[in-house]
Amino acid sequence: MPVLKVKDLTKSFGGIVAVSNISMEVEKGQIAGVIGPNGAGKTTLFNLLTGIYKPTSGEVEYNLDRKVTTRQLKPYKTAAYGISRTFQNIRLFKEMTVLENVLIGYHNNFNYSVFSSFFRLPGFLKGERKAREEALELLKVMGLYNKKDELAKNLPYGEQRKLEIARALATKPQVLLLDEPAAGMNPQETNELTQLIRKLRKDFNLTIILIEHDMSLVMDICEKIFVFDYGKLIAKGTPLEVQNNPEVIKAYLGEEEEHATA
Amino acid sequence: MKNLEMLNIKNIIIKLILIILFYFISSFMLEQGIIPPHIESNMFFIGINIILAVSLNLINGFTGQFSLGHAGFMALGAYASAAVTSIYGKDFVFGILAAAVITAIAGLIIGIPTLRLKGDYLAIATLGFAEIIKVLLENYEKFGGAAGMSDIPFYTTWPWLYFSVIITIVLISNFIKSYQGRACIAIREDEIAAEAMGVNTTYYKVLAFVIGATFAGIAGALYANRIYYIKPGDFSFMKSIDILVMVVFGGIGSVSGAVVGTLILAVISTALQDAMEYRMLIYAFILAIIMIYRPQGILGKNGFKSIKRRVRKLFKKEEKANASIKG
Repeated sequence: MPVLKVKDLTKSFGGIVAVSNISMEVEKGQIAGVIGPNGAGKTTLFNLLTGIYKPTSGEVEYNLDRKVTTRQLKPYKTAAYGISRTFQNIRLFKEMTVLENVLIGYHNNFNYSVFSSFFRLPGFLKGERKAREEALELLKVMGLYNKKDELAKNLPYGEQRKLEIARALATKPQVLLLDEPAAGMNPQETNELTQLIRKLRKDFNLTIILIEHDMSLVMDICEKIFVFDYGKLIAKGTPLEVQNNPEVIKAYLGEEEEHATA
Repeated sequence: MKNLEMLNIKNIIIKLILIILFYFISSFMLEQGIIPPHIESNMFFIGINIILAVSLNLINGFTGQFSLGHAGFMALGAYASAAVTSIYGKDFVFGILAAAVITAIAGLIIGIPTLRLKGDYLAIATLGFAEIIKVLLENYEKFGGAAGMSDIPFYTTWPWLYFSVIITIVLISNFIKSYQGRACIAIREDEIAAEAMGVNTTYYKVLAFVIGATFAGIAGALYANRIYYIKPGDFSFMKSIDILVMVVFGGIGSVSGAVVGTLILAVISTALQDAMEYRMLIYAFILAIIMIYRPQGILGKNGFKSIKRRVRKLFKKEEKANASIKG
């Protein structure tokens, strides 16, 4: 049974159809890529998948510990269902430290009361200690341990992207949505990121869906690729299938001008 | 590991000793009359203002929700305590409790609809609610209407005030360092990302608003039982602005900033008391200058930490300089 099933999904803003009639499936444990030119509707798709936008029509369905349907997808609830994401234009909590950013990811795992917080009761101390231990462990995995007390805004760009992934992992997701994780990275950093994504899938048992423009990364790690153009899904399949698809070549390289040959 | 140790016993004991020491010194000086009466009354108002500023800072500074209704909650608290202690003749404890409960409920009722708004709209809506409270009190004859209530028993003694201020500071500082407090700060930093991490933003906005309102109510109770006579006009929109200025002046988003801001503004306005009609002019001028050269407030977002960091840097530089001379 697929972890994510999207059926006839459409989202329009006024007269503009950003995503039109998309159907797609992602299997458990897969790394799936979403590619397409700028403005093709990729981020809109992610916003629909995480409940930030409500679809104009169509269905989104997750098969996680329980079934999650479109109606249940509220932004603040998705993390509890096991769906987490990063953002294209990095959205860290800039004035908070690296550690605090990750602790926000653990938000749903805290359960001490407001009363315990006010008086620092044992519940508070126990909860904080446990979360901090886990958060520091996660920062070690992500190679950010030495920066734990730095403000997020002071990190270099590549590490900010990593911190966003760390924060998303802290919510203990089963499905991780990465919106352009390699944007702005140099080839070496991209290479490291590729290794990291593979490792994370294995270690955390994740299904990963990523939007990316870096084709070497996409073709390297994705088992299934969805190609978007003008809000439509124009192709899907393995990297090889997609690379040879005439529609995809047309979207990326433009149409061959027929009258020239005629 | 420093990060795992949330309860630094040594630190707490030092703070506790300082708090108690300062209490005994201050009450000794008050009893012996070393502190002149006008400074004594200033001390009370500073204390009340600190509670107001620290609690408003939780809403405006930490959660990033721009509220202009704090005077309204102070009014509710003041009237609640005044009614309980003078009309019903109960103890001050009940007055403060009544103030806290009523303002918490009012905070909930006002917070749920208004906190859906953002920025200027929220400011205007909260301002409107504070004015509604004022107008309601002006028209409620049982509490004296616009003429106000008098003969409120004098209960706010120095220990009451001093420990209320300390408790407010401690509780709000503790709250900010909990996961609930972090959720509030996350909302200020990036609401969409906070939601994606599972923070129920509406809930935490209302929570911060209710906590802030409750402490404003307690400040109101302390105020009413200090000055014998209150009227709705005392809690006009200018009072809300006053509190906001203290917060912004000291450093929006830091508890120590709110405290220091309140203290410095009190000193400035006391010092200007002799300047007569030029007082507000000079006061405004000083505010403008500080906002131009230090827009983040005297202490900024990190409160005392930023000063500590700067002092440490200074010492390091000196050490380096010394080392280079010797070398």
